[in-house]
Amino acid sequence: MTVVSRFRPRRGRNVELALILAATAIVVLAYVNVGVATNGQVPSSLLVLGGGFLGIALAFHLVLRWRAPYADPILLPIATLLNGLGLVMIHRLDVAKGRDIAEGMALRQLMWSALAVGLAITAIIILRDHRVLRRYTFTAGLVGFVLLLLPLAPIIGTEEFGSRIWIRIGGLSFQPGEIAKIILAIFFAGYLVQARDALSVAGRRFLGLTLPRARDLGPILVAWVLAIGVLVFERDLGTSLLFFGLFIAMLYVATERISWIVIGLSLFAAGAYAANLMFSHVQTRVLLWLDTFSTEALQTSDQLAKGLMGMAAGGMVGTGLGRGRPDITYLAESDFIFPSFGEELGLVGLFAILMLYVLLVERGLRTAIGTRDGFGKLLAAGLSFSVALQCFVVVGGVTRVIPLTGLTTPFMSQGGSALLANWVIVAILLRISDHARRPLPDPSAPSPISDAPTQVIKL
Amino acid sequence: MNAPIRRLSTVVAMLFVALLISTSYIQFWQASSLNAREDNRRTLLSTYARERGQILVGDTAVAVSVPADNEFKFLRTYPQGELYADVTGYYSFYGASGGLESVENAYLSGRSDKLFYRRVSDILTGRKPQGANLVLTINPAAQQAASDALGNQRGAAVALNPQTGEILAMVTKPTFDPNRLASHDLGSVDTAYQELNADPSRPLVNRAIAGDLYPPGSTFKVVTAAAALSSGRWTPDSELPGPASLELPQTTAGLPNSGGRPCGPNDQVTFTAAMEMSCNSAFGWLGLELGGDALREQSAKFGFGDQLRVPMLVTPSSVPAELNQPQSAQAAIGQYDVRVTPLQMAMVAGGIGNHGEVMQPYLVKSVLASDLTTIESGRSSTLSQAITPAVAEQLTTMMVKVIDDGTGRAAQIPGIQVAGKTGTAQHAPGAPPHAWFISFAPAENPTVAVAVVVENGGDAGDAASGGRTAAPIARAIMEAVLR
Repeated sequence: MTVVSRFRPRRGRNVELALILAATAIVVLAYVNVGVATNGQVPSSLLVLGGGFLGIALAFHLVLRWRAPYADPILLPIATLLNGLGLVMIHRLDVAKGRDIAEGMALRQLMWSALAVGLAITAIIILRDHRVLRRYTFTAGLVGFVLLLLPLAPIIGTEEFGSRIWIRIGGLSFQPGEIAKIILAIFFAGYLVQARDALSVAGRRFLGLTLPRARDLGPILVAWVLAIGVLVFERDLGTSLLFFGLFIAMLYVATERISWIVIGLSLFAAGAYAANLMFSHVQTRVLLWLDTFSTEALQTSDQLAKGLMGMAAGGMVGTGLGRGRPDITYLAESDFIFPSFGEELGLVGLFAILMLYVLLVERGLRTAIGTRDGFGKLLAAGLSFSVALQCFVVVGGVTRVIPLTGLTTPFMSQGGSALLANWVIVAILLRISDHARRPLPDPSAPSPISDAPTQVIKL
Repeated sequence: MNAPIRRLSTVVAMLFVALLISTSYIQFWQASSLNAREDNRRTLLSTYARERGQILVGDTAVAVSVPADNEFKFLRTYPQGELYADVTGYYSFYGASGGLESVENAYLSGRSDKLFYRRVSDILTGRKPQGANLVLTINPAAQQAASDALGNQRGAAVALNPQTGEILAMVTKPTFDPNRLASHDLGSVDTAYQELNADPSRPLVNRAIAGDLYPPGSTFKVVTAAAALSSGRWTPDSELPGPASLELPQTTAGLPNSGGRPCGPNDQVTFTAAMEMSCNSAFGWLGLELGGDALREQSAKFGFGDQLRVPMLVTPSSVPAELNQPQSAQAAIGQYDVRVTPLQMAMVAGGIGNHGEVMQPYLVKSVLASDLTTIESGRSSTLSQAITPAVAEQLTTMMVKVIDDGTGRAAQIPGIQVAGKTGTAQHAPGAPPHAWFISFAPAENPTVAVAVVVENGGDAGDAASGGRTAAPIARAIMEAVLR
């Protein structure tokens, strides 16, 4: 008999608890900071709101201890911190606009946060194994495409701020693109796991690249047409870039072939260039991007210019929460929440926030590497990359790396649908990471049968 | 599939590095130029949020920031509005403009480098930062008298202390109410600004130191006289030719006296009498004899052509270069293209009164920090020695005669000897002349020197003359200072 040393795998739940407490402390401190800076006093609602916020995070933590004890311990605290900082900034803008807490956007956002965490907890409890999702690959594909194109439907689809990415049913408005992002990631993962052999092996080599067969080009062309359709008809470069980028990234992860990236990027570049030639709203975006401070651009929209001036006003260390004027920028609580933080927390604060996103994405990608099934790898990598790409599109938009588009900053921007979607992404990543970090059943562990003495049949 | 995921994480890293670079670029390298943009509302609000220093005349604030119950925190107000509008200028959404609000913005806003240590101590002690206060040299009685005496006539009046250069009064008409421009209601500010800017009488221009300048008319004769006496070729008793009209070389046009009569018997007149009655032909003849260059040199000694700051920039007065003979004769009586500011003519009068020494004029007596400690005080300094004390004494005697027996009798003050010179400047065919008067008093040891110009004859129109229209205004100002 060999002696097998048995070790207890690290679950990290206590680390998670400590980090959640730290995240809550930062959020509460920021909230007090806003109160002192704007009113000169500690907000009276501190105990209720702070306690409620901590309660929501702790509930999630307890569910993880119960249902996903091996889940990654960093994801939840980061999401908690980002969500909390977003709430504080939205509250701070409520104060600047003179809105009472009861009628302000912050309370609604807090309720959405509670709802989103509730949904994520439900997902953790119901979804015992992420591989179940693979069964719904093609259903997900259909639902995803329908959701993506839903804003184009008459009556319920509405156009706001020049982009047609909203649906309105009754009094509720919703951005279906946010949910479509997750559902399409499930579809891409399921489809690519099946098709990866055909997509990765077949083809002939040309100029050092292995080009796919013509008939394997079908899916990428469908995705491209869809992405360009979103760009042209929904006038939403951000969503278009996000979906196409997500698809290309997952295609690459599945096939390990650079040629897909080359083909995909050339297709997108060609499509975007053609759209720029043909459609005035795309041209406007490009003008605002390249020549933000020209008279012509300022007459069209000075939002980007004001956001940049806000960031400049913040400088290295910022004006301090509650001491700047982020409310001068239009949509400071949603699309421009990042410049709002830049103004009040400065470059230092923005670096910290970007690092939080980097850590979140990095933990997601690590989960993808750690998990053992192909579907889980693709899904985790895709979802993580979508968060990174979304950050890039929105932050790059407000800092003039790329043209400005109407995407939300994950976890921070005001808006319910985005919050729901991002918390569900966290739930799925937690579920996959629980699976990835869970120790394998020990093959050398003695089974009850082997220990039993050989049965001698006595006749 | 792990290798492509690792490569994907490299792509993610690159995306975030791009964002780190772009945010650093905006918030570090680009920040100062973005903050300096004129359309940057945040910068505007932050300058409004700091309590701006006061502008004080004596103990009275003529520009003061009062707390406002809106996002701008403070409203700039001008309690005496129009009376000091051209001295204070105004502070509006378009920035500080005109007057001291603009040129002393660094002190008033508290951003001057000289206030650096105070700013640091304000931060350390938690004191609210405040701009520094300006105390002016203006004599409120003289300012009020000048404004009242000018009334609604277009023109300007400046009073100086000739011994120190302190500006005692600076009034220009028409003027404006700076409170309208400092309002927080952007719409009404725009309306007011457009109205003022479009007004053909140009109320925003400080005629005392800037604008299109004026021909000085006969008041320039004191400069001609200064050049003539300094040359040593003439004394106050010299006989000069004074025909009804002086024949000019190179042209058929003559230089007539205003009355159309000769200035004395046999077309001869003494220098003193020529000054007394403002004899054009005699001074035109002096201009011919002296030549344009001598006139230019003498006027430069009085400060013509200098870039003066009081601290507002003063448009330099000028005598044209390379005058031919008829032009020299014209220039000698203040016509042709001689252009002056009222401030410059007050400096001429003051220089003569102050024994030939022209003092640098200034408006800010001292700069006080918010705790009323003095940061800087204005000091008298000599601009130039325009003429010798002996010549100054001769000129003073001649100018006293102008007041006692000549064209400037309207400026007499009982019990005080006044020296002065009238001027009636033709500036456009058919238009009433500008009425001028320069003077100083008491003649022996003057404490006030004045220059007054009333455009287009003011209320008197064609009947206007320097002695009739401008001299009473000058007298009112001198009386306000001397009493």
